[in-house]
Amino acid sequence: MNIVACVKQVPDTEALIKVKPDGTGIDEGGIKWVMNPYDEFGVEEALKLKEAQGGEVTVVSAGPARAMESIRTALAMGAEKGVHICDAALDNADEYNTAAALAAAIKEINPDIIFCGQRAIDDDSAQVGSILAELLGIPVVTIVTKFDPEDGKIKVIKPIEGAQLVIESTLPCVVTAQKGLNEPRYASLPGIMKAKKKPVDVKDAAALGISIEPKARLAKMTPPPERAPGKIIAGDDPAAKAAELVKLLREEAKVI
Amino acid sequence: MAKGVWIVAEQRDGALRKVSFEIASAARKLADDLGDEVCAVLVGSGVEGLAPELAKYGVDKVYVADDAVFADYTTDGYSAAVAKVVKENDAAILLLGSSVQGKDLSASLAGKLATGLASDCVEVSIADGKLLALRPMYAGKCFGEIVIDTTPQMAALRPNVFAMVENAKAGEVVKFDAGVAAGDLKTTVVETQKDTSGKVDLTEANAIVSGGRGMKGPEGYAILEELADVLGAAVGASRAAVDAGWRPQSDQVGQTGKVVSPNLYIACGISGAIQHLAGMSSSKYIVAVNKDEEAPIFAKADYGIVDDLFKVVPEITAEAKKIL
Repeated sequence: MNIVACVKQVPDTEALIKVKPDGTGIDEGGIKWVMNPYDEFGVEEALKLKEAQGGEVTVVSAGPARAMESIRTALAMGAEKGVHICDAALDNADEYNTAAALAAAIKEINPDIIFCGQRAIDDDSAQVGSILAELLGIPVVTIVTKFDPEDGKIKVIKPIEGAQLVIESTLPCVVTAQKGLNEPRYASLPGIMKAKKKPVDVKDAAALGISIEPKARLAKMTPPPERAPGKIIAGDDPAAKAAELVKLLREEAKVI
Repeated sequence: MAKGVWIVAEQRDGALRKVSFEIASAARKLADDLGDEVCAVLVGSGVEGLAPELAKYGVDKVYVADDAVFADYTTDGYSAAVAKVVKENDAAILLLGSSVQGKDLSASLAGKLATGLASDCVEVSIADGKLLALRPMYAGKCFGEIVIDTTPQMAALRPNVFAMVENAKAGEVVKFDAGVAAGDLKTTVVETQKDTSGKVDLTEANAIVSGGRGMKGPEGYAILEELADVLGAAVGASRAAVDAGWRPQSDQVGQTGKVVSPNLYIACGISGAIQHLAGMSSSKYIVAVNKDEEAPIFAKADYGIVDDLFKVVPEITAEAKKIL
């Protein structure tokens, strides 16, 4: 099977995020960059599929020069090759244009299946996988917690509010991975060494034949809104404090 | 010129989901600011009768695609239907709820309509005649004001954040042919496995009692379940508790779990790591019970009790029982 896994490099979840004074974005100084956690589930499922059915996994990423590290991580996990879409014009591209760049690169690969993370933990948009599918004219199943390939199709489980759906899709398709799909493997030391020699094509927008047509823009980034300061209920007696809390919740907050 | 503030109503099992009324109300406000009308798209099978409920919340017209092919939600089926009617009518703004279905449908629609989409918004308004959407980013560590420069300007609204405001309008039903046949669908729902526990989904709960590392083990949750019972609340968990195997993944609240916005969130033995806050900071009221007075959760809580939760929580249950 010809398999693609998309990855994005994002700030580590522990990273202290500061908004630039001009509100145009975050201050990237001192940030530790990692592969988007949800993309790890996608890479792992891609590798499991390859191991079960044969074939190869190409990892594709759109991002600045540093994104190469995340591509190498996926290669170290076991992917065979990579494509790095690297172009300054794409650095702050919106979701649609990011998906368009990925689509242009992936069209050339013509895969049977594409794995993405269900969302990136920096923008938290959860759009690119779905838009990618639209641009490639293939179906998408999002937020998948179980994946089973069958003859010429796939069967997945997708949790919704109060239920789980069992969904079948034709191939090729895009699957976006949710936590619980699998346990991503750690890259072994031999894997890391081998990864250095695996081929990664670097392409810019011109090479992919795409032009960027912005659709959504970040007009301003701000720190989170402040919550009004709360009160610590004073006292030493748990029962008395509990009684005071219930009184406040009923009379002041009016939530019970 | 593009006109109309449109919404995609969400229905399941023959009933409109609450988020439909929230987005209708938000759309009504935007439309009033623009001097425009609110149109809803309702896709399903045997759903035409739901239109009057949308009218109650300010919807002027309800465009209905009613067909057996839409009995189950499929991304490809529903997005084809909505895209068709929205394109034909040159919608200016298109809102969906950021529920599981809404997230999925809005993203595919953004692709089909080649337009911009602001996801998981907590505020929408009109500025200079255009939609301005406010959304958390980086797990809520900062917020982004998003403007869409294409039409329809799309936004998906976080559930339980926007008020439902009754404002009766005509709700005129306009049926449309979505042009989708069963043979066109590339995905099919083979089975729906309903959660039979009777528990309310965390993302829909009005109140949540949540436990973290401080619960010390799965048995600790018994006192949270009792409190939740009395309050009619759901029980959530932090990542630490889920990773330790004390609670299932589906109970996890946080950056890699669920985003919840209940009226009341009671965090017990939860330190308040930023990744947890990402999942519950939209809660209207936050209560923290933790014996560590330095726990970051107290900075976000409206009410806090610094004490042993194993002593305090049963007392809260006892007190709540007296009045509920």
